[in-house]
Amino acid sequence: MSKRDDTEIQDASQEASWIDVKHLHKIYNTRGGGQTHALADINFSVKKGEFISIVGPSGCGKTTLLNILAGLISRSEGSAKVSGREVTKPLPEIGMVFQAPTLLPWRTILENVMIPVEVQKLDKKVYLEKAIELLKLAGLEGFEDEYPSELSGGMQQRAGICRALVHSPSVLLMDEPFGALDAMTREYMNLELLRIWKESNQTIALVTHSISEAVFLSDRVIVMSPRPGRIAEIIDINLPRPRSLEMMASDAAGVYVQKIRHYFNAANVIE
Amino acid sequence: MKRLRNKPEYLLVPTVFVFFTLLWENLVNILELSESILPTPSRIFEALVMQLDNPIFWANLWVTTQEALMGFAAATLFAIIAGTFISQIKIVEKTTLPYLVGFQAIPKVALAPIFIIWFGFGMTSKVVMAAVIAFFPILINIIEGLKSAESDQIRMLRVFGASRTQIFFKVQVPAALPFFFAGLDVGILLAILGAVVGEFLGSQEGLGNMVLVFQYNFETPGMFAILLVLSLMGIIAHIIVKALQRKFAFWGDNTNVVGN
Repeated sequence: MSKRDDTEIQDASQEASWIDVKHLHKIYNTRGGGQTHALADINFSVKKGEFISIVGPSGCGKTTLLNILAGLISRSEGSAKVSGREVTKPLPEIGMVFQAPTLLPWRTILENVMIPVEVQKLDKKVYLEKAIELLKLAGLEGFEDEYPSELSGGMQQRAGICRALVHSPSVLLMDEPFGALDAMTREYMNLELLRIWKESNQTIALVTHSISEAVFLSDRVIVMSPRPGRIAEIIDINLPRPRSLEMMASDAAGVYVQKIRHYFNAANVIE
Repeated sequence: MKRLRNKPEYLLVPTVFVFFTLLWENLVNILELSESILPTPSRIFEALVMQLDNPIFWANLWVTTQEALMGFAAATLFAIIAGTFISQIKIVEKTTLPYLVGFQAIPKVALAPIFIIWFGFGMTSKVVMAAVIAFFPILINIIEGLKSAESDQIRMLRVFGASRTQIFFKVQVPAALPFFFAGLDVGILLAILGAVVGEFLGSQEGLGNMVLVFQYNFETPGMFAILLVLSLMGIIAHIIVKALQRKFAFWGDNTNVVGN
């Protein structure tokens, strides 16, 4: 917490939404001198502790949207706020999980998890305990001093999630974090994620290709459509929590999946 | 036995050595070649043992070792400094690269006579020669290494708020280490080469000088003995660099490393 501006956090807590995106546009200049409208008039907000997913066919700008929230790329118009602060550069209150685990091979698992603490010059002693606790929560106890190459893909990705959470960010951004895993590992990781989320009470925005994954995990699903990237619909997922894999076989879940798939089919994309 | 079956080279390498040594020995005897043209392995071994008793040999070995190591150290130092600037600042890269390529095109052995005019017949000219020959492969590997960091890794650090300096030290430098050691591996051998070539072209001491003295006296076994010593030097240097690499760059696979 040392680097955060406490007064701003206070102000932010007055607001209802933790992520707030208003009239967001992103226009890329193409090499030929033309322009690509990657995102057009995106509006949504996410409450504290809420789990939202962003789905849509390729080219709908969902990753662009996440990168704007992460402070990695600039927006062309509109506003994007995280915990009340306009995002103009990467903010310390954001943690991010990437498509690949992106662990540094020369660091042990624990040293990898500590990267945000090191980079933000937080108190190492305090956060070392947090890191060890998170690894335990993620089922990686005993692997602290191993190197990434000694872990399976699923374990590496769990270490990547621990790294995203170690500096106690209020918002967790996830960019197709389980896309590279096989179906079985993926289901398991979804359950793990829900468990970690329940314990840490983060606000999560997840970008995914998988409709069923989005339905299974989220409170709300933001469905995007391509060219230009815009929000087609925001769907509330009224399935009870805690969620189980059996629940995904229910009619209620099936209706949500069908509803979302409809948008994909409209865009002529087969998931 | 199991070990031998899994690693047949443990048996094959000594076998090949014994076979060719015996072949050489017998061919020289059968053809009755003069010792000053091609000595037998046993005569070379005798000459080597004789040198091991000779304090002048050890003094010369020490001179060449110092020349090679000092040249190698200078080359490494300059390569680190130049490689950092070239890899980090685009305009420096664009400005200097044509000159570096041009410089690399010079047969550097041909510079030795100039270095002897500039730095004399002593050790300095050999150190400079060793440094100049070893410099380029080390530099190229450092540049490639510093550029080899994956963009995903850099992006990851940026998301967590890393500055450019942090990205350099936490990702780019470690990512460069496997390349760096590959450059050192090539560089140390070239430094020994540079020192010996420098000695050939004008010196009063060093192993290269010993080879010349043996040549004047038609003592061919002695020349071969020094050759053996030089290759042994190279092997030891290579083993040390590899050991350092395994310790400090244990994660790297060297498949993409730039050779000489």
